[in-house]
Amino acid sequence: MGTIETTLGQVNIASIIIFFTFVAITLAITYWAAKKTKTTSEFYAADRNISGFQNGLALSGDYMSAASFLGIAGMVSLKGYDGLIYSIGFLVGWPLVMFLIAEPLRNLGKFTFADVVAFRLKQKPVRIASSVGSLMTIVFYLIAQMVGAGALINILFGLPYELAVVIVGLVMISYVLFGGMLATTWVQIIKAVLLLSGATFLVIMTLASFGMNPISLFEQAAAKYGDAVLSPGGFVTNPWDAISLGLALILGTAGLPHILMRFFTVPDAKQARKSVFIATGFIGYFYILTFIIGFGAMVLVGQDVISSIDKGGNMAALLLAESVGGRFFLGFIAAVAFATILAVVAGLTLSGASTLSHDLYVNVIKKGKTDEAGEVRVARISTLLIGALAIILGLTFKGQNVAFMVGLAFAIAASSNFPSLLLSILWKKFTTKGAVASIITGASLSVILIILSPTVWVDIMGNESAIFPLKNPALISMSAAFLAAFIVSKLTKEQSAEEKFEDEKLRTYLGVGAE
Amino acid sequence: MGIQATRVKEILDSEKFKDIVKKRLTVSLSLTAIMLIVYFGFMLTIAFYKELLALKIGEHITIGLPIGIGVIVFAWLLTGFYTRWANNKYDKAVRELRNEILEK
Repeated sequence: MGTIETTLGQVNIASIIIFFTFVAITLAITYWAAKKTKTTSEFYAADRNISGFQNGLALSGDYMSAASFLGIAGMVSLKGYDGLIYSIGFLVGWPLVMFLIAEPLRNLGKFTFADVVAFRLKQKPVRIASSVGSLMTIVFYLIAQMVGAGALINILFGLPYELAVVIVGLVMISYVLFGGMLATTWVQIIKAVLLLSGATFLVIMTLASFGMNPISLFEQAAAKYGDAVLSPGGFVTNPWDAISLGLALILGTAGLPHILMRFFTVPDAKQARKSVFIATGFIGYFYILTFIIGFGAMVLVGQDVISSIDKGGNMAALLLAESVGGRFFLGFIAAVAFATILAVVAGLTLSGASTLSHDLYVNVIKKGKTDEAGEVRVARISTLLIGALAIILGLTFKGQNVAFMVGLAFAIAASSNFPSLLLSILWKKFTTKGAVASIITGASLSVILIILSPTVWVDIMGNESAIFPLKNPALISMSAAFLAAFIVSKLTKEQSAEEKFEDEKLRTYLGVGAE
Repeated sequence: MGIQATRVKEILDSEKFKDIVKKRLTVSLSLTAIMLIVYFGFMLTIAFYKELLALKIGEHITIGLPIGIGVIVFAWLLTGFYTRWANNKYDKAVRELRNEILEK
């Protein structure tokens, strides 16, 4: 097969117009939201006025990153079935968020998940430890997103990498700084609608070439590239690797601070539950679409063309858009990918800012004694700090291989945030020292083991063989975090925490006294 | 809503409350277990019996395709099942108990 012509990398007028329209509309929403963002509850939680359906859409907008859209479609286009295995892991975490976390979190917390962990334990040590876990998750996730944004925009529009990172940073800071959670929510909702409708449209136009029958698309793919594309290949070979990665993906989702924070934006536990149902439906639907998009690109664009433009296949969805819908549709999908990054980094920044201001400044430094206006001011300063940090990190890590940082962020979320959150909800004898030991163990083991793993030690640092065998450390780091929690809690008794656990039950199960 | 400490103790010790907590934990933990079994069952099948998922059900189509998509759809249906249970049964029990608390 010869090369097809692509306009990728050239200035695409349609794309620029659509993208700037998106930015203009979202900034107008931010202006509207800014007038309603004066109290802490408004800044961090949109005054708890978001409906379950809206929050479901916003959760999907917060979760579906450009990496999962472009990356998974690309993986499917080059490897076939293996790409699906990855997306299943990302989806299966959601039911667990619903069954174990969402409702007690909503009933017990105020603005951050650390509110729940610290609910009956000693504020200072638990808040500090939780903040460390939280900030590490956010920073690694942010680096991956910012570097991805710069590189993507560079390929799409031919804009310099540095300029792209600064634009993304500044627009995202404006959303959060002025419009707080309300603006962030609407950016995520609009992005989710754009991404879902864009992907749906792409699938319809692709399937039009196959008599609207996905089966005939799969059959042509198998006829062209062999039956192997329709069955599992080399992605999962070592079962321990499969279990460890699976744990990181599914339980990491239940420990992502920017996702957990969204549950405080709905009025009650019932709406929290509804939002997970909606989010799971949309995200699942989206992954099924990306699977079809990947196969469409495999057949209509061709694997050799896809990998000649980007080795990882990241441009597959865009090449397919151009092939079935021409230059205008390419521009539309490219603009949607850009908007997608903005929505995700805005969620991350807001969550990082709330950790700095609500957990560390208000509850540790000021010991809970601040006035509303003061806390909102500190939250805004924190937004500027995290936003500036995101830009600096994006510039610093230019050209580095940062794909592993998403896996690391999920590993830390699963090993550091999730165990302490789950145990604080379920286990009466969980103590302050147990929580701190668990969080520190989970976070530090995740980082140390991933450095020693094949992912970093071999693939990035170029050593011959890895010291730690698993590609993702979650199996060991999360087990160790649970173990540390059990052992240390057994060794230290905390009478006050046990008593409060009983009182807390009314709030956990009945919602009595929930904020 | 301020409730006196003695009342809190009374509610916590009541059969009705204990029943609510027990049902809630049973449902949450069983559904969690089901999801984990399905997911890790799928992953371990891939790790150990890859050829099982490569079985053909059409000229080229493998059984792995409906199973993979099926795991996604199943996860969603499970959240739907839980939502229905919680909206109809759990919330009703909670409402009744809350009303009782408020009446006294």
